[in-house]
Amino acid sequence: LLARKLSSVSGAAPKVCIVGGGPAGFYTAQQLLKARHDIVVDIYERLPVPFGLVRFGVAPDHPEVKNVINTFTQTAHSERFYFHGNVNVGMDISVEELKEAYHAVVLSYGAEGNRSLAVSGEDLIGVFSARDFVGWYNGHPSNKELHPDLNCETVVILGQGNVALDIARVLLSPLDMLKKTDITQRALQTLAASRVRRVLMVGRRGPLQIAGTIKEVREMINLPGTKADLLPVDYDGIAEALNDLPRPRKRLTELMIKTLKMEDGGQEVSKQWGFRFLRSPVKVLPGADGKRVAGIRLAVNKLEGSGEGAQAIPTGHTEDLECGMVICSIGYKSLPIDPAVPFDPRRAIVQNNLGRVQGTAGLYCSGWLKRGPTGVIATTMNDSFDTARIILNDLEAGTLDMSIQKPGAQDITALLKARGVREVSFSEWEKINSEEVRRGEALGKPREKLLDVEEMLAVAWS
Amino acid sequence: MGPGSENKVTINFIDRDGEKITVKASPGDTLLDVVVEQQLDFDGFGACEGTLACSTCHLIFEEDTYKQLGHISDEELDMLDLAYGLTDTSRLGCQICLTKSLDGMTVRLPDSVADIRQVDGKA
Ligand SMILES: Cc1cc2nc3c(=O)[nH]c(=O)nc-3n(C[C@H](O)[C@H](O)[C@H](O)COP(=O)(O)OP(=O)(O)OC[C@H]3O[C@@H](n4cnc5c(N)ncnc54)[C@H](O)[C@@H]3O)c2cc1C
Ligand code: FES
Repeated sequence: LLARKLSSVSGAAPKVCIVGGGPAGFYTAQQLLKARHDIVVDIYERLPVPFGLVRFGVAPDHPEVKNVINTFTQTAHSERFYFHGNVNVGMDISVEELKEAYHAVVLSYGAEGNRSLAVSGEDLIGVFSARDFVGWYNGHPSNKELHPDLNCETVVILGQGNVALDIARVLLSPLDMLKKTDITQRALQTLAASRVRRVLMVGRRGPLQIAGTIKEVREMINLPGTKADLLPVDYDGIAEALNDLPRPRKRLTELMIKTLKMEDGGQEVSKQWGFRFLRSPVKVLPGADGKRVAGIRLAVNKLEGSGEGAQAIPTGHTEDLECGMVICSIGYKSLPIDPAVPFDPRRAIVQNNLGRVQGTAGLYCSGWLKRGPTGVIATTMNDSFDTARIILNDLEAGTLDMSIQKPGAQDITALLKARGVREVSFSEWEKINSEEVRRGEALGKPREKLLDVEEMLAVAWS
Repeated sequence: MGPGSENKVTINFIDRDGEKITVKASPGDTLLDVVVEQQLDFDGFGACEGTLACSTCHLIFEEDTYKQLGHISDEELDMLDLAYGLTDTSRLGCQICLTKSLDGMTVRLPDSVADIRQVDGKA
């Protein structure tokens, strides 16, 4: 409906640019291109390769989730769409300069930071953020030198969300399952030599507050060669609460209780995974050398209140858990990239109202930067469609000044060139893609990712 | 009407604007196949291409039709748990295969999360 109405609006062809080539960027672009047949959309992406966390976050053994890349690629092939990879907005070009060149600028650069633990011992060898660990097995260029040492029995993951579950699964999966995925060859070799037998996911609150979703928990339960190490005491009295729970929570809890009661099938299992509830990290403990992690001290909590809003209150007791690695999976966090953009440091998002950046006409946001770093790709999709509709509304209502022609990419490319920055186009990314697929074929994998930005650029411009 | 059209199943979709779209499709196809083949313009529908990994193909059925749809796997229920506007008669379109007995059914798309037409008061 909107589309038909808008096509009658006259004036200059709207030029919109999007900062960040993840799902938020591509879905925003898709909706804009579909609704108006005169609009031109440019995406500026820091890396030479597109798709953000679909490439660098989503677990390698979830290729189905990555099918969205097909839709993004279709969008990228639109005549009115241009991808400009290898452009770091905030460094190579400012948001102000983009605003000058475009009628509207959409920020969708995701959440590139970590929420930190802020406990002592965080710097010990063997303590990693989930973002770095995931980036390592997924081939993110900035994590290629991570070299995690998997020569230990127990890994503790702080956090019980889907990212924690992804990491636990990758650490415990039979190698044969991972071999056929796009996990990096380097990570595969390290995992092949892994001695990790037990992964514990620690949460501040109880079993009714697990952040992970049932699909991921079920995958753990069904993972060959592993068994669930759940503590019956954690589920005392929970069966009675079941009926009052919302459906997703109810089904997840039922699954956990069922698993708890499951008879040991008698089959050989050498690996275990489990949840540890009502525990908050106090201190990462060093081993005898004072340099490597050897354990973690946890404060024991009790719950006050119930349901999703229940609070963890420390009881004053602590407990030490032995482990050779700690992975901190308590959340991602967006970072400010340009002082000209109003940023809410507490919520770590760009200050916005329905995707309109506060107090700045012509500036919008979508995805994790707009909403905070939660939600699946479908959530990001809906949210990006909403931002696109807001922009289309503003175009129609005349809030966006369309009386002047804007130069768009022409000026930006010239500026970048003067600064010695060369862009990677979508067809140049497709060269990288082909090379990765070619290298993967030789290994029986869907792709083998290039780990090095210099190498990506060399292939792109070859 | 072409040959074989008597074997087709008629489906009525109610889109997010409440508009009815009627199409004919072949038994054996999934409802996702139908949306793709008929190029129905449902934003974001079928993001994972029918691999039970997204829930964007969520559809709402009439009660009588719902009862005829048959078994739901745990995996489908798991993904439905993440769907917006879940109802008692919700299913994932990529998991529903058409049969002759579904001829004439009406299926509705759920409203998306934050619909700006309500929040914004415009359009
Ligand atoms: C480990 C992990 C696993 C996940 N698994 C799943 C899953 O299985 N299924 C699912 O549905 N969802 C999953 N998600 C959620 C999903 O990835 C997010 O919903 C989605 O990626 C958010 O999209 P976005 O575009 O806002 O951010 P991102 O995907 O992070 O994209 C942001 C993009 O901006 C670029 N960028 C950053 N800074 C700049 C800059 N200064 N200039 C230019 N570009 C910049 C980045 O390089 C990146 O390409 C997972 C998330 C994580 C972290
Ligand atoms: S298309 Fe993704 S679940 Fe049906």
